Amino acid sequence: MAVSFVPLSTTAGVPHFAWLSSRGGLAAIALAAVMLFVVVPICNLVVPAGSTFHLSDYWVTLGGKIMCYAIVALAMDLIWGYTGILSLGHGLFFALGGYAMGMYLMRSIGRDGVYQSNLPDFMVFLDWKAYPWYWSFTDHFWYAALLVVLVPGLLAFVFGYFAFRSRIKGVYFSIITQALTYAAMLLFFRNDTGFGGNNGFTDFKRILGFPITAPSTRMALFVITAAALLGFLALGRAIVRSKLGRVLTAIRDAESRVMFSGYNPLWFKLFIWTLSAVICGIAGALYVPQVGIINPSEMSPANSIEIAIWTAVGGRGTLIGPVIGAAVVNLGKSWFTQTLPEYWLFALGLVFILVTLFLPRGIAGLWRRRAS
Amino acid sequence: MAALAWATQAAGAIAPETIRDLAFGESDARGKAIAAIVASGDAQALPLLQAVLDGEVKTAGEDRVLQVKGDTATDLLTGKSVAPVPDNLDDLVVNNRMRRELGTALAALKLTAPERGTRLAAAKELQSNAEEDALPAISTALAKESDPEVKGLLALTQASIQLSSTDKATRLAAVKALTESDSGSTRTLLLGLLERKNGQYVEPDDELRAEAERSLRAVESRLAKGEMVARIFSGISLGTILLLAALGLAITYGLMGVINMAHGELIMIGAYATYVVQNLFRQYFPGAFDAYLVCAIPVAFAAAAVVGMILERTVIRWLYGRPLETLLATWGLSLILIQAVRTIFGAQNVQVENPSWMSGGVEIMTNVVLPWSRIAIIVFSAMVLTLMWLLLTRTRLGLFVRAVTQNRAMASSLGVPTARVDMLAFGLGSGIAGLAGCALSQIGNVGPDLGQSYIVDSFMVVVLGGVGQLAGTVYAALGLGIVNKFLEAWQGAVLAKIAVLVFIIIFIQKRPQGMFALKGRTVEA
Repeated sequence: MAVSFVPLSTTAGVPHFAWLSSRGGLAAIALAAVMLFVVVPICNLVVPAGSTFHLSDYWVTLGGKIMCYAIVALAMDLIWGYTGILSLGHGLFFALGGYAMGMYLMRSIGRDGVYQSNLPDFMVFLDWKAYPWYWSFTDHFWYAALLVVLVPGLLAFVFGYFAFRSRIKGVYFSIITQALTYAAMLLFFRNDTGFGGNNGFTDFKRILGFPITAPSTRMALFVITAAALLGFLALGRAIVRSKLGRVLTAIRDAESRVMFSGYNPLWFKLFIWTLSAVICGIAGALYVPQVGIINPSEMSPANSIEIAIWTAVGGRGTLIGPVIGAAVVNLGKSWFTQTLPEYWLFALGLVFILVTLFLPRGIAGLWRRRAS
Repeated sequence: MAALAWATQAAGAIAPETIRDLAFGESDARGKAIAAIVASGDAQALPLLQAVLDGEVKTAGEDRVLQVKGDTATDLLTGKSVAPVPDNLDDLVVNNRMRRELGTALAALKLTAPERGTRLAAAKELQSNAEEDALPAISTALAKESDPEVKGLLALTQASIQLSSTDKATRLAAVKALTESDSGSTRTLLLGLLERKNGQYVEPDDELRAEAERSLRAVESRLAKGEMVARIFSGISLGTILLLAALGLAITYGLMGVINMAHGELIMIGAYATYVVQNLFRQYFPGAFDAYLVCAIPVAFAAAAVVGMILERTVIRWLYGRPLETLLATWGLSLILIQAVRTIFGAQNVQVENPSWMSGGVEIMTNVVLPWSRIAIIVFSAMVLTLMWLLLTRTRLGLFVRAVTQNRAMASSLGVPTARVDMLAFGLGSGIAGLAGCALSQIGNVGPDLGQSYIVDSFMVVVLGGVGQLAGTVYAALGLGIVNKFLEAWQGAVLAKIAVLVFIIIFIQKRPQGMFALKGRTVEA
């Protein structure tokens, strides 16, 4: 298995993210923060609709969505780009976070549903009389927020503990995570599971008392998502620059040697794997109120593989790469599905092939090549 | 039509008056007419009554009775054909009473028909909806019947009707006779005898109840046996389907170490190749339609093999030794193949028809029918497996493949053309996927997403069986199939699938190399 990783080792270590701390990098981050926290809200809320500088709600929603994806891609990068473990189940953690938030949103619909019942419409439809036990307390926002972190985190911890303890790695691990998300998808498709079956959760009305479709609520969600993205970028930077990050990169490049040097890779892998899952869960929780729906198709194996390609397109083993990759691929997706819907799969498929064959370091890699 | 006219005239046993009564008489007269027709013993009685029941018999004016079929009509009184069909046709109204009488009469006639098949079919039909007025007909038929199978069926039906008799001896005999049954309706019948209402047995007679309980136990054990056989069969059937889907993967992943996420799409290509061959046969050789499947097998193999070899030459060869990248690239290939098929054939499922020799099945018990299509797939996968085994162990190519698998550098330095072997082995694995597609087209939907539903399953089979082991793949596929079917009967299809996936995940924790791990140095290679 030692031969199975791209020889990224030459780029591992400090130099390749040095630019983030350089003066140019800091300026870029400050610029991004100003754009996201000041310019976008003003252009959307203050500038009148007819103006050239007006930013429509469509773009705000798309932007918010893409930032959620970028957070997921970043999480994927921590586990795949830096630690060399390709997860094909990250869509599951994303969806679990989304479902946890969705439970709260469903409960805050109150009696405004189609059937005007205390229960969500799908439960009325199934003729259920009360909430199942695992729905208890989900009407409290902070409990739901706790679930957003705990559910993906616990699942990842338990699964990861057993997988890493048995030293399952490489493709085996990927395939098993794929089976995991596939099994979860089947489970959530069942009506009896109590999460709305096929249709999942939708028709949300309000969040924390604010109407969910109001422009100001949308903008607030956008700003929170942007803050989360920048926060996770900072966290990622702190991790990869620490000693912990060096050990993770070492595990990626030569796990046996790390073991022979006296480290136990289990805890390092488990930490980054669980953290990655939690980040995904938070991204999912931010995603659901902005998009207004969560259903089991988010757990389909295809979705999880797409996450990997966002990271690969942007550039594994860099922090900014996955953010760029998620943005490029998803902007491309929304452009294609509007203008040439039947060619989107061709384009996406080609991206998969071309990036792995010719651009192993992604877009960020191009940049670095030019710089050197 | 001419034959019908001839028969009516020649036998002449059904008097024209009877037919006139049947057509114009009052309810009682009609009933008598039907009885007379049955009693006549005429060969025409059955088609005539069937025609009445089907609404083909009509009256014209006050005196003519015609059998009208499309544009032709026959005068049933004279036996002559009438052209053109008269305008003043009236339907012969069949009310509920007459329908029942006709049904009983037809059943009685069929039960005494000279052909064994007709009698058997009639007996089976009676068994599923036995009514009391059929009893005399059954008794008559039973007295005449010589075939043991038909006789057994009739005896059971008679017994189930006799249960509601008033005579205790008859009922006891009936309950005893029902011991021989293996049908679910008998169980319901016997359970009815043992039912309790408000703490009181519905059936007051103790002796009868004891007898019924004994019969019930016999019937239930027979039913359970039948269910068990059916379940094992469907498990084996699912297992062989998994095996077919996973065999190709066992070569490309197991032997060559290539994670081919487009494997499912190669299966799909095989299915679509079968579809194309089917259409060609329908268009150019409609007479030989049943043979299309035989022709589709090599075509499906070749189509998938060619696509596979092209993929290997253009994309996969550059990624040997980088399994994670291979995984992503082949996923991209699968997306392109899916979209290409959608563009060419449309996003909807296409219709692949079974050849006629594949429809129907073997009935081994009343409640257990083994469909021919499934049996054919079991035989087919056994053949594919044997051929593959022979190819890998008895041919030069197989030797090369194994050599490259075990030690690429050494094989290369001994003059094995490794690149060519890679291509051929990949083509072989892909071709087998095509064969799987050809088989799957016979039992499931053929659409662009066909492959996606098999990819997780087939990887599970290979992972569970152990990489690089054909035997492991076989055991894993059959085992998963049977376990899945048993869990399905117990907990439903979705939970069964989830349970199996969770089981595999746990199993891999214990034995990361699968059930049949390679021994020796190759393990850590």
